[in-house]
This record gives sequence, C-alpha cells and structure tokens, in this order.
Amino acid sequence: MSGPTKSVRFREAIRMGMVEEMERDDRVYIVGEEVGHYQGAYKVTEGMLEKFGPKRVIDAPITESGFTGISIGAAMVGLRPIVEYMTWNFSAVAFDQILNNAAKMRQMSGGQLHVPIVFRAPNASAKQVGSQHSHAMEHFYAHVPGLKVVAPATCADAKGLMKTAIRDDDPVLYMESETLYNLKGDVPEDPEFTVPFGKASVARQGGDVTIVSWSRMVHVSLQAAEELAKEGLDVEVIDLRSLRPLDEEALVANVSKTHRAVVAYEGWPYGGVGAEVVDRIQRLAFDELDAPIERVTTLDYPMPYNAKLEQHVIPSAERVIEAVKRVAYRSA
Amino acid sequence: MTDHERHLGLYRQMQLIRRFEEEAARAYAQGKIGGFLHLYIGQEAIAVGAVAALSASDYVLTTYRDHGLALARGMSPRTAMSELFGKATGCSQGLGGSMHFFDVEHNMLGGYGIVGGHLPIAAGTAFASKYRGDGRVSVVFFGEGAASIGDCHEAMALSALWKLPVIFVCENNQYAMGTPLTRTLANDDVTARAAGYGMASDRFVCENVHQVMEHFDLAIKRARELSEPTLMEIRTYRHRGHSMSDPGKYRTAEEVEEHKRRDPLVVSRTALEKAGLGDKLTELDASVETEVQDAIKFADDSPEPGPELLAATTYKGAFAR
Repeated sequence: MSGPTKSVRFREAIRMGMVEEMERDDRVYIVGEEVGHYQGAYKVTEGMLEKFGPKRVIDAPITESGFTGISIGAAMVGLRPIVEYMTWNFSAVAFDQILNNAAKMRQMSGGQLHVPIVFRAPNASAKQVGSQHSHAMEHFYAHVPGLKVVAPATCADAKGLMKTAIRDDDPVLYMESETLYNLKGDVPEDPEFTVPFGKASVARQGGDVTIVSWSRMVHVSLQAAEELAKEGLDVEVIDLRSLRPLDEEALVANVSKTHRAVVAYEGWPYGGVGAEVVDRIQRLAFDELDAPIERVTTLDYPMPYNAKLEQHVIPSAERVIEAVKRVAYRSA
Repeated sequence: MTDHERHLGLYRQMQLIRRFEEEAARAYAQGKIGGFLHLYIGQEAIAVGAVAALSASDYVLTTYRDHGLALARGMSPRTAMSELFGKATGCSQGLGGSMHFFDVEHNMLGGYGIVGGHLPIAAGTAFASKYRGDGRVSVVFFGEGAASIGDCHEAMALSALWKLPVIFVCENNQYAMGTPLTRTLANDDVTARAAGYGMASDRFVCENVHQVMEHFDLAIKRARELSEPTLMEIRTYRHRGHSMSDPGKYRTAEEVEEHKRRDPLVVSRTALEKAGLGDKLTELDASVETEVQDAIKFADDSPEPGPELLAATTYKGAFAR
C-alpha cells in the first residue's frame, strides 16, 4: 500500500468502493431491500441515497428474484448494477436468475451479450440467527462457470475488491460477513486503488504449516496461529480473497515451503471451495506434501440456534489448532 | 406504401416463419437438429404484428418458442437455421440452439428456456431504458403456462411499481405443454390480475395480423409516452405439439382442424387473393421457398464451432478457474 490511507470500518470500506465507482461511472447503481431510506439493513449503504438520489440508490420490495432478474436485464443492455441482498441466504430465491441468466448469458448468446453486475451481501454465520440465515453461499456459486466469487477479510481488500468487481465485465459475487462490519483497518484513498481477482495474500508469515482461509475465518485462523506460536509452531495464514478464480500459484508456492496445509472456512464439509483447494494442492503439489491436508469446516448440520451448539458447529480457533497440530504430527 | 403492399409484406413474414419451421421439423426428423424444437406454427401473426408496430430500437424477448420472433425481427433464415443445426454461422454460434436465439443487431434479446425466468429480464431492459431516458419499449412474450410462476408475478409487480416501459404479452395458446387451461388457471382471464398490480391490460382473440398491430399500437404508446406497463393476453393456438416429441394426443383432431380454419396466415392469404393479388402471392411464396431452401443448404454447408469458443464465451479475458 502506498499513498495516503484512511482508517475506516469494514462496512465503510465497502461503501467507499461503491461510492467511488458510482462517482466514476453513472451507469453504476445499487438496488436492494432497505438500501435507501433505511440506510441499509447493516448500514453499508448509509448516506448513499442522499448522495446519489433515488434514481441510483433504489429501494426494492421483497422480490429477490425480481430485482435480480431486472438488474441482469439492465446489465445486458449497458448498465452496471450492484445488487444487495439483505443476506446471501435470500439469494437462494434468486438462484435461478444468477445461475441461468447471469452466468450463461455470454455463452448462450454466442458472445453477443454479457452481464457486468455485482451481487453483494453478508454471508455465512452471524450470531444465533438459526439455520435459514447462516448459509455459506460461496460454495454454491463458485461451482458455476461464468461467475466470479470474492470474499475479502480486510478493509483494504473490501474496498479494492469491490472496485475491481464493479469494473469487471462478468458477474461477480461479493461475500461480506456481518461479523466483520465493525472491523477497523487502513484503506488507500487513491480512487485508482484496486485489488486484482485471483491473487491471494499472506495474512501471516510462517514456515511450519499453511492455513488457507478467507473472509471471517482468516481472523479465526490468525488467532489460532498466535496460540500455536506459543507452542513453537510457526504458522503461515493465506487469505485467498478470491475463490473463483483461485490463486493456484500461491497455494503451490506456499505448500512447497511448509509442506503441510489446513483449509479453514465456513460451509459444510461435503464438496465446496475447501474441497476444491485440497484437490488443487494434492494435484499440483503432491510431492511437496508431508501430511494429508485437513479441512476445518462448519459441522455437517443445519445451523442450530442455541448459542453453545452454534459455537460447536461453527469452525473455531480450537478446531483449527487441533488440525494444525495433526498435520504437524504434534497431537497430544 | 399502400395498405396492400404492407399486407403483402406481413404475409411474407408469416409465410417465411411457417415454411422455415416446417422445413426445420423435417430437418429434425432427419437428425440434423438435436434437443428440443418448439414450433410457433399457428401463432405467427402475433410476432409479426407486434414487430410491425414496434421500432427497430425496441427490445423484444421471448420463450424457447423463439424462431418466429427472431425471423420477424429480421434475423436471416440462414443464421436461424444454422443455429438449429448447431453451426458456427448460427446467431449464437451454435452454442444456444433452438431455445436460445439471440440477435443483438435486431434487438432480439433472447429466447429463454426457464419458464417465466425471462420476464424480470425484460423488465430490466425496460428499467435501463427508463434510467437512460432512451425512449425504447421492451416487449416480452410468454405462455399462459408461465402465468403462475413467481418470476411472472415479481416482474409485473415491480414493473408497475417502478413504471417501466414494458409490455407483457401472454400468448395464451391454451395448453401448457399437455395441460389445458382449465387445469392450470382458476381464473382463465390472465389480464384479471393486472388490476392487482395497478397496470393497464388488454385481452383479445388473435384473428389477423392487422388486429394484433392495432392492439400493440396502444400498448406501445402507453409505454413510450407514459412509461407505463401493459399486460396483454392474446388467445391463440399452436397447430403442432409442444415440441417435436409431443404428438398432441391431449386434444381432438376436430379441435385442431377448427383452429386451422381460422389460421391468421390463411386469413391474410384469403384477403389478399380476394383483393386480386393472387399472382403476387404466388411470387412471394416462391421467393420464401427459395430463401428457406437456401437456408437449409447454407446451414448444411456451414462449419461446426470448435472448442476454442467455449472459454471465450464463458468469461471475458482470463478464464476464472
């Protein structure tokens, strides 16, 4: 990072990215439930209605499939919409629009049309919001060719990835976390600061074991790494930032250094982005591995409401620590 | 242009669609076309009449029964037939097939395979027109089988709320695949729901192409001048089955024959014959025949798309893997 920076919260960093791009390009608008007059369900869009007016900051009724489809149609003929879902959970009722229209338009029109659009929302667990409001949706979407999926963990990445997403000519799904909205961090003020897709970053350097993570779980992994340092294990934490495209080169280079890896993320263990990361590492760096790769995931149940059971199901620093010890053959 | 000349032009478009599809059905039977093939035969007057009333810059979108609208809009039969044959010279370079005709040059923004899923898309192209103030109207066609699905409701609710310049056209051909209207809609007046959305509506039985044009003139004026949507329901009839695999056993031969007697294409032909234009019709039919045969030959001779096309039509630039 170079040039002047500003200390902001994660939600403000997202907003900075959107506001700067809306100032830069009048084809960009935002639509969603409560994004305008209410100032955003999580205050991410606070002040944007006053700044840009109701033409470009549009309150929609509860019609996810409707306003998703409308925005895809608008993008096909030249606008560049940002679609906010109150949470990614509710994108499930718009899944057909994202899967069948956003992702496939370029191909089924033989390249005549494309859909420059950003879908964004908080993702994965919040706090005791129950099974229907706790889904990690990146796993569903990263499966689909034609879509790009990013999940920032820091304020600077939140801003930089948002700007890249808005400037991209294909559909981008941008995953936030309710638990990160108050996180503080420095972000560059340069309006040309962007973060490229497909480039992981190193959140912590270490030589013994690599933890691969993204979004909120980067912070949990860093916490685990501090604990492990006390026990003499030097852990590297990779923040993927971008899930599709995935930074294969960084994974291979890193595992070639540590020879051991744990993938820590929210989402169920059956398939998903974590399984994809494991597949890439074993396929591309098989000879470098000194232990099987472990995954630390949400347990394989719908999310329970009870606070203790919820903490049991969500991947914790303790479970990450145990997994790191196992791959380092340090288990008690 | 005289009224007769204009009518001859409309007749030719309907006849082109009819003969194009009859030959497509033959090519399907010969194995030259794969997958699904949904024919528009019997409904041509609707696409032709609507397009005649629209401006070239207006957007049109429809279902998987899309050949008629594409041809009416100006897609060349060569390009259309090549798409059916899966050839690189097709409108979607052979990647879309029968259900996914797209022709951006003629503002034909697609044939869609998910029932009702394209209604919000059309509301979106209308949204963009309003956002830019470009004065374009969007028209979206769907069947009565789509009238009950959620996206139909959301698209209409939002279009009325946001006053979008869009026309929702329910081509009620009375069968949702094999299920008759009586078993799909409790209220068979699809336009009855327009009142619930606070939207204007129009409902009529398609008798001839001129009548379709006149009805569209009003809805287009409402969209263009007032930026207000319209829900239109047009009773029509498809002569063939739902798709090529459907023998249509759910309806009687008498019913089909009765509708064929009222075929708007025949209505046009009869009127033009009565006006003493029989020779002109013979000439037009011959030119349509030549054009369709040329399309078949062109599609037959065209190359197939290669695998290099796949990545380039999935993402712009570097492939996101």
